[in-house]
Amino acid sequence: MIELFQRSIFEENLALSFFLGMCTFLAVSKRFETALGVGAALIVVQTISVPLNQALNQYLLSRGGLAWLGLPDVDLSFMRLITFIGIVAGLVQIIEMSLDRYMPALYRSLGIYLPLLAINCAIIGGSLFMVERQYTFAESAVYGVGTGIGWALAIVALAAIRERMRYANVPKGLEGLGIAFIVTGLMSMGFSAFAGVRVL
Amino acid sequence: MAVSYRILTDPLVDKNPVTVNILGICSALAVTTSMSTALTMCVALTAVLAASAACISLIRHHIPTSIRIIVQITIIASLVIVADQVLQAFAFEMSQRLSVFVSLIATNCIVLGRTEAFALHNPVGPSVLDGLGNGLGYSAVLLIVAAIRELFGSGSLFGFGILPLVADGGWYQPMRLMLLAPSAFIILGLLVWAVRAARPEQAEAPEFESRKQERAVET
Repeated sequence: MIELFQRSIFEENLALSFFLGMCTFLAVSKRFETALGVGAALIVVQTISVPLNQALNQYLLSRGGLAWLGLPDVDLSFMRLITFIGIVAGLVQIIEMSLDRYMPALYRSLGIYLPLLAINCAIIGGSLFMVERQYTFAESAVYGVGTGIGWALAIVALAAIRERMRYANVPKGLEGLGIAFIVTGLMSMGFSAFAGVRVL
Repeated sequence: MAVSYRILTDPLVDKNPVTVNILGICSALAVTTSMSTALTMCVALTAVLAASAACISLIRHHIPTSIRIIVQITIIASLVIVADQVLQAFAFEMSQRLSVFVSLIATNCIVLGRTEAFALHNPVGPSVLDGLGNGLGYSAVLLIVAAIRELFGSGSLFGFGILPLVADGGWYQPMRLMLLAPSAFIILGLLVWAVRAARPEQAEAPEFESRKQERAVET
């Protein structure tokens, strides 16, 4: 479990080794504070959505999943993608509304980033990887938290680097997007050095 | 005629969805370790993009504005499921290699971006052309990155050996790094640089006044 947690943060970082959530990753990493907000929102959504999707997948969508309803031969796995997208979009909406109702201060700081995450590929991708690797419920909960933290870590680090970069003299034409890609590449190289590191 | 030609060719370089608008980067980087996976992905994405533009443009007068996003996502996701099932049926090995990235076309910002920005306000013909054009622009970037990565990473193109490898008695020592994630970012960064060097009007303005003045003095 600890190994899975650690691997999902560093070695298999969703942003840096699977390129997931890149659009948001590059678009909102210009300021440190906004990056922190998006990162926190993503951790919350990912922590809830991956285990939720795992349960849905196991008991409704996979082959034989409807056995408890007396329908052992039904295979709804082609519905997986559209279900996951619906779940994530709905979840984001619910989190947004309940934050607005119970924690207005947090809503004001996170609220504007939540809708962005509704079609973020890091979230859908996390759920799809969970299905492909056949994680159990407990494993998928750990995987959800880990990938969320990993993605947040990557975007916060990139935002901090980009804030410093504003004072640097970057060649014309490479400014903005180009240099952000190259920095991400170097960060990804750094993260790949975590491969094989084990806590226990 | 000239207008539809512009719609088709503009997204190739001048308004390229990947290098100018930073859309659809996730899949652009993940599937470019070899030409064949990149080409499959390009075909799948272009087909989904053109088909979803056509569907959404057809019903554009009937979609209520307040729920348009969810309608578009549902249509796109259904088309992606079709593409995924077709790939699994006719090219199972390829769909295994692409893993989750075919499904992720559904969350690819290019598709939603184009239907939202273009297909919702235009008739079917131009919408399909716009979809095709953006699909081709995306494909162009993908194929360039994939060609560089496969050629230097494994000395081949489409799986055919181009550079004779040391392992087979040739002279070329393949660069393993090219097949890993970091090189994809760096190659795309350099590609953006190349495009912006050729089309200076796309470059982003420096963020600070002092830097702008510096630049004014330099030029």
